[in-house]
Amino acid sequence: MSKVYIALQDNDESRYIVEAIEEDNPEATVIHMPAMTRIEAEGFLAVKRETVEEKMGRDWDVQELHINLITLGGNVDEDDDQLTLTWNS
Amino acid sequence: MAAKKLNIKDKYRLLTRDLDWDFSYQDRSKAFPFEEFEGIKITDWSKWEDPFRLTMDAYWKYQAEKERKLYAIFDAFAQNNGQLNISDPRYVNALKIFLTGVSPLEYQAFQGFAHTGRQFGGVGARVACQMQSIDELRHVQTQVHAMSHYNKFFDGLQDWSHMHDRVWYLSVPKSFFNDARAAGPFEFMVAIGFSFEYVLTNLLFVPFMSGAAYNGDMATVTFGFSAQSDEARHMTLGLEVIKFLLEQHEDNVPIVQKWIDKWFWRGTRLLTIVAMMMDYMLPNKVMSWKEAWEVYFEEAGGALFKDLARYGIRMPKYADVIEKEKEHISHQAWWTFYTHGHAAGFHTWIPTDEELDWLSEKYPETFDKYYRPRWELAKEMEAKGERFYTKALPQLCTTCQIPMLFTEMDNPTQISYRDSIYKDERYHFCSDGCKDIFDEEPEKFVQSWLPVHQIFQGNCGGPGVEDILRDYYQMNLGADNMDIKGSPDEERWKKWKGVA
Amino acid sequence: MTIEIKTATLEPVRNTYANVERRFGDKPATRYQEATYDLQSETNFHYRPLWQPELELNDPRRTAIVMSDWYAFKDPRQFYYGAYVQQRAKMQDVAESNYSFFEKRDLARFLSEDARQQVTRFLVPLRHLEHTANLNNMYGTAYGYGTAITQALLFNGMDRLGMAQYLSRIGLILDGNTGEALAEAKQQWLDADIWQGLRALCEETLVTEDWFEVMVAQNLVIDALVTDLVYRQFDQKLSDAGAQDIGMLTEFMQQWNKDEVRWMDAVMKTAVAESEENKTLLAQWVEKWRGKAAEALAPLAEQMVGPEALAEALAGLDKRVAKAGIK
Repeated sequence: MSKVYIALQDNDESRYIVEAIEEDNPEATVIHMPAMTRIEAEGFLAVKRETVEEKMGRDWDVQELHINLITLGGNVDEDDDQLTLTWNS
Repeated sequence: MAAKKLNIKDKYRLLTRDLDWDFSYQDRSKAFPFEEFEGIKITDWSKWEDPFRLTMDAYWKYQAEKERKLYAIFDAFAQNNGQLNISDPRYVNALKIFLTGVSPLEYQAFQGFAHTGRQFGGVGARVACQMQSIDELRHVQTQVHAMSHYNKFFDGLQDWSHMHDRVWYLSVPKSFFNDARAAGPFEFMVAIGFSFEYVLTNLLFVPFMSGAAYNGDMATVTFGFSAQSDEARHMTLGLEVIKFLLEQHEDNVPIVQKWIDKWFWRGTRLLTIVAMMMDYMLPNKVMSWKEAWEVYFEEAGGALFKDLARYGIRMPKYADVIEKEKEHISHQAWWTFYTHGHAAGFHTWIPTDEELDWLSEKYPETFDKYYRPRWELAKEMEAKGERFYTKALPQLCTTCQIPMLFTEMDNPTQISYRDSIYKDERYHFCSDGCKDIFDEEPEKFVQSWLPVHQIFQGNCGGPGVEDILRDYYQMNLGADNMDIKGSPDEERWKKWKGVA
Repeated sequence: MTIEIKTATLEPVRNTYANVERRFGDKPATRYQEATYDLQSETNFHYRPLWQPELELNDPRRTAIVMSDWYAFKDPRQFYYGAYVQQRAKMQDVAESNYSFFEKRDLARFLSEDARQQVTRFLVPLRHLEHTANLNNMYGTAYGYGTAITQALLFNGMDRLGMAQYLSRIGLILDGNTGEALAEAKQQWLDADIWQGLRALCEETLVTEDWFEVMVAQNLVIDALVTDLVYRQFDQKLSDAGAQDIGMLTEFMQQWNKDEVRWMDAVMKTAVAESEENKTLLAQWVEKWRGKAAEALAPLAEQMVGPEALAEALAGLDKRVAKAGIK
């Protein structure tokens, strides 16, 4: 299985998103780099709206992710509730 | 009436995908005339999966927020003379290459995606290309603005677009994008949308921008990461294009594979300059080129090609050669620029002892054996006041236009030469990869505007190299070029820092 | 007491990029200037495009208009990307609160059956016209010359996509998100007699090859007429019939239109001022497309507003054309 990954700018908003990702994807590895945070996981990773909202204490639209997103790898599927990254092999 | 709740996919489909219609009054193929000549078969555009479903209102909102943040940092950077916080004035030379060599490519991407954003017959694909087009315009403009303050305090940034159209080494990136734009719209998407955006820009932006962060350049870090957030959308578009083409018709598979082979080779050649920037031009190092290559190409790219195998797509041709090259190309390129430093629009230098040790450590297989001795020799010559500049103009590869600086990978002391005869003319190449590309499309590549050929033909003024640099390239001689030691850049830096 | 803030002064070597300095002198430049002038590659192209081998990749000969300097088309709004998106974000913020207010308060329930029908029949099908305008502006973006005009065309093209989406949302508000109003409006566009003139005109612009001519046809002629007919006259008619709330949903388009007029009028003046040849050409194009558009819009204008409507719209266009010095 290959690794999917997502990298976010290192700022206050991202910290909540990273927390949410960690909670929803216990297998994921979080790597702190200069000015960015990279999260990788085997085959699958999800960013869930509900969890991010809980962490931030406000409504959060999945598309707001784009503001702090640096890069990602994997097949993307985005809907109202989550953004997922997948490799099929 | 209680309105039904629409999910994002249905909403996007209703708002966007149904805008087009079947023509009754004109021949539709005249409105979208370039869809067929490449041999790609599209049977049903409606099968296109939108990579991201951003409507324009959301686009304006989110992008405006990114821009507000970005320009606040640019303003603060200028007001606080942020250039004083960089690690070392040598660092700025990486920015000079970036502005003269990379920013104009963002511009060409804006043009290329405008072309596909007008030409594709499917509205979903068109709109995705249009958004990428406007993002690319954003990138060139924010880069020009990020560099604007540096331009006021350092030499070599001032005439970036004039230089891009003329200077010898800048024909490498320029011809890369000219090649993609001159191709048909589907090849452009595989070249730029997929090969370049999906795999290679990560190598340009992520490690290099972390490098900017390590070297105190907040303006560049910010534009880089801010641009990269758009890139995530572009990567997804690139992957969707490939999947769409492969799913549309089995006859598309060999065509797409041929383009992948071509563009990965061309892309890795282009990235030589990034390799050199990472290993030699960042005073504070983040990771070596080799390490970046392993993370962003071998690991990320490997995962991608494994995923594409189900369509019958294999790793790009010459992936094995590329794997060996990661040990060599940064060293070979920086040496070439060091020895041609009088004809470059940025400064060059010998790595410090500490940096040489770092290179030895990062490249245990090759650096001490092949490259360190050259630098030790250059150090000796410099100490004697004999800083070395070569007088000869380099021979260029007809395809990638890089001087013949690459060696055989199995014998790193032997420069690699290939050639082909086409219509009684002999053409020269740096590698099998570049020769293959020429042999596939000789009519295209015989047109290459090779800067050294053009100089010999008298098309760049002259006759002397200095005349060309001064008059045709519009360089400020003695300021923009030559070694960093004794340069006005260095003098100013010492004055600001109060160092004698 | 005055507070003196000491700031470190460093003497800059130059005030702006060399290309901007050559145009405007050695002084601090605006962000618009640095992000616009001379960005596009001008010379030493490597390969002719496979899709148009008779021309270079960037080539001023894709239109019959001739300019000694294509950067003469300065955008009076001075939009570069950042300025553009921030301006539009403000407009969308207002639009968003209008749309949510309209939906939350269910203002649609105050619309008469007749008003609803008119909106579906006359307003929502315009999403297809906006889509055409999107393509026509992308055409100029891709094949036009010089960043000053191509970036403005791109912004305009993206605006048109945005407005096509706003018009679609009006349909969704009316049909409770079922998409029925959109389907009905599309049927109108495809089959109803009153729309066939405009649809044929749209299709014709999409196969026209001179990008400047396409811009004149779309952004000057068609837009001037349609804007006046729809967003002024038809809006008034709806208002008079008690459907003034629809105006909340078209405010974006009305405000946007002022923006486009300011830019297009400046473009026309600049092209006319350049040469007699340009002026003659523009006059021919305006006459040609004015004739076609008037014919195409006549049945729609009459049904939508009334018998005098088209003449009023044409008078407005003629005034702008005269003011730009085209005639």
